[in-house]
Amino acid sequence: MSGAPRARQPRPKGQGRELTYWLLTRYTALALFVLALAHYTVTHFVYDSSIQTAEWIKQVRWNSLAARFVDWSMLVIVMIHSCLGMRTVVQDYVKGRAQDVVLGLLYILTATLVTLGSHVVLTLPLS
Amino acid sequence: MARGSTLPAPRRGIRGAIAYRGGEGMVAWAFHRISGIAVSAFLTLHVVSIFLVGANPEFYDSLHLFYASAPGKVAEVLLGAALLYHALNGTRIVVMDLWPALTAYHRQLWRIVWVTFFTLGLPGAYIILSRIWETAK
Repeated sequence: MSGAPRARQPRPKGQGRELTYWLLTRYTALALFVLALAHYTVTHFVYDSSIQTAEWIKQVRWNSLAARFVDWSMLVIVMIHSCLGMRTVVQDYVKGRAQDVVLGLLYILTATLVTLGSHVVLTLPLS
Repeated sequence: MARGSTLPAPRRGIRGAIAYRGGEGMVAWAFHRISGIAVSAFLTLHVVSIFLVGANPEFYDSLHLFYASAPGKVAEVLLGAALLYHALNGTRIVVMDLWPALTAYHRQLWRIVWVTFFTLGLPGAYIILSRIWETAK
């Protein structure tokens, strides 16, 4: 049908893993609508991004456990959402054995980014 | 044109040859995918650069100088545009998934996405870009 809402992925039938991924993509999207837009507002409108040096992040931005918890939660949620979205893209454009390889690299990249982000949030000393 | 098809009849001439006939849903899908890939790519760079705040603050600060530059401000606006479109159109998708009856109004919902996008995006872009000439004074 012309003009059909093609961005929608149809809800997978049954109760399998694909349905879990489909629901997880939508639940994380709703959380990120608030978290990611709030993060962009704070880091690009409330504060000029050009003043946000490493020392500023340590002294101002991450000077409370609450701010760090919110940012770490967003890191985990956004990486789940991003990984699931890129998984769909890979499944659309990469076929056969190469798909398994690219998906494996995607999962390794996601795990690496969560580890790097968690490391800095947890180990940067509170000022 | 096949009988019963809802595709509009192609126009004649040059305008007809280059006219896009895919419909709003296809454009919404393409923009959603492009903005999603762009934001995911930025996210990778962002997490790695934030990691440097703890691992190598001097190197982070040297990379961070880009944010203060004019190209950096333009990049901020493009990132904000991709993020805002992806968030608004993603909400449109979730709304139609949760209330399938609203799928019949997907064109109207898409127009609401664009009205919201420009209503929030243009003032936002102005605020960020105005810092270029404020710092140049």
